[in-house]
Amino acid sequence: MATAPLLEVKALHKNFGGVQAIRDLNFQLAPGELLGIIGPNGSGKTTAVNLITGFVKPSSGKVLFKGRDITGQPAYRIVRLGIARTFQMVKPFYQLPAYKNMIIPLYSPRVKKLIGGKYGDRDAVALDLLEEVGFERDARVAYKAASALPQGYLKRLELAKAIALQPDLVILDELFSGLSLAEVASILPIIEKLRVEGKTIIMIEHRLKELFRIADRVIVLNFGQKIAGGRAADVMESAAVKNAYLGSEER
Amino acid sequence: MPKRKERVDRGINVRSGGVFALCSWREMLYLAGPRLLPVFICLFLPLVLDAYWQKVLLSVAVFALLAISWDILAQTGMISLGQALFFGMGAYVTGILNHYWGMPPVLTIPLAAVCGGLICTTLLLPVLRLRGIYFSMVTLILPLMLVRLVEATRIFGGTEGLSGMTPLPSKWLEQYMIVGALLAALFGFRRMLSSDYGLVLKGIRDNDRSVLSAGINIYWYKTQALLIASTVGAFAGAFLTHVYMFVGMPVFALDYSILPIAAAVVGGPGSLAGATLGAFILVPLSEVLRGAGGLRIVFYGMFLVIFIVALPEGIFHFLQRKYHQFERWVEVD
Repeated sequence: MATAPLLEVKALHKNFGGVQAIRDLNFQLAPGELLGIIGPNGSGKTTAVNLITGFVKPSSGKVLFKGRDITGQPAYRIVRLGIARTFQMVKPFYQLPAYKNMIIPLYSPRVKKLIGGKYGDRDAVALDLLEEVGFERDARVAYKAASALPQGYLKRLELAKAIALQPDLVILDELFSGLSLAEVASILPIIEKLRVEGKTIIMIEHRLKELFRIADRVIVLNFGQKIAGGRAADVMESAAVKNAYLGSEER
Repeated sequence: MPKRKERVDRGINVRSGGVFALCSWREMLYLAGPRLLPVFICLFLPLVLDAYWQKVLLSVAVFALLAISWDILAQTGMISLGQALFFGMGAYVTGILNHYWGMPPVLTIPLAAVCGGLICTTLLLPVLRLRGIYFSMVTLILPLMLVRLVEATRIFGGTEGLSGMTPLPSKWLEQYMIVGALLAALFGFRRMLSSDYGLVLKGIRDNDRSVLSAGINIYWYKTQALLIASTVGAFAGAFLTHVYMFVGMPVFALDYSILPIAAAVVGGPGSLAGATLGAFILVPLSEVLRGAGGLRIVFYGMFLVIFIVALPEGIFHFLQRKYHQFERWVEVD
């Protein structure tokens, strides 16, 4: 690889009691790359994200971000270094309007540091960010309580909360799950725009068709192990992948 | 024809929601009224009450402060069953400073509030990671442990406690000091909780992983909330010590843990005003029921159940809703 990798995962292991959730995971991520992680349910995709973002401490192995060892650091410190993530299960603050949900990421020390001070008006910044992910300003969707929003908007809100942190690496954990085709189609351009802006992205996805359209590379997990990796088309051809994943979950 | 109840925001509520819309004294009064009313009541009450009820007012204000302290913790997702820890720590610190070093109350009360708060926060620091009932259990046990510690080691007067504290110079100072502190805490912390900082605290309660993933150190913020809450509680304890001129094992009693929670629940948690209102109802109620003799606690418990069953949202939220919205029955087609 010509440029230094942004993220390096080296021989990562994680045991939960007797269960090996992640076994010997290795991969590298170049700046600006979009990596897809796929695999059947329970194959360790979300655990991998949790290990990288510090929500779970690995049993062994190393995670390097911008050449710096971040293994086992607390989650909030890893975020401050520039890794933002979304959650598969969106749990916004339901009683608050959507834009007020953005206040917490905008309160982050990382954002304060980057702007060189405090935001004057966090509400205004929140509304701008929400418009970026498709909250129509004219329809005043951003002012509605999160409990009144459909799933598609909640996922956009989750994405906006990650973008608000101005991260170098965004990890999207099943952003498309539970969304209709139309909703997915309307969120895809937002992700493509992020790429144009030079963000590095990891996507955990079950929606393979959409993922393969935008991903540079894909790695396949099964029972916590990487069973294949490479360009999307090549991965699809691999017999092991067909066996483990597509054979059982053909759509 | 089936009907459903519709709740509609009052016109004046909508108009006065935006600062720019205020154009009449009526609208300004609508906004200021609910805020000025408690201020007037608190400032007026000491003037009209007799000596006995003035003491009750002190007790009301102290329990209201403890309930506010409980509510601040609850908003940050920490359910405390041990307000007595904060209260008792403030009481003992002021007692020690006054008894052994002879410091005047003007020094001991602020010092006890701050030091008591710091000590309580330090004591609870190791269990800050515990969530839900586990945190609650520890807070419940700590004051009970400290009582036994005082009893067994006979420190600070042991079972007899320390008496002969310097009293506050006048009963008017007593009254207005605690009432002023209550109003300051009520309005100050309400403002704090509705700011962006307060939003982060409430975020920790609702979904701490989401706050963590915003790069915010939730333990640091929990520590801050704990320090604020325990300082408020310690202040209440320090104050009452100088009023009673005594500090001893009863300051860690369960009453100081349970009554603030009852006040906050009856009044409506989550607003601080509810907690204060709850204290203003429950403490006098308990005094009135003294006439019932042995049945006092039975009646008291009955009232608690009635309040909670009839108004589960809390009295304050009920009143707030009535103030801001009107209701009507509309036909469902």
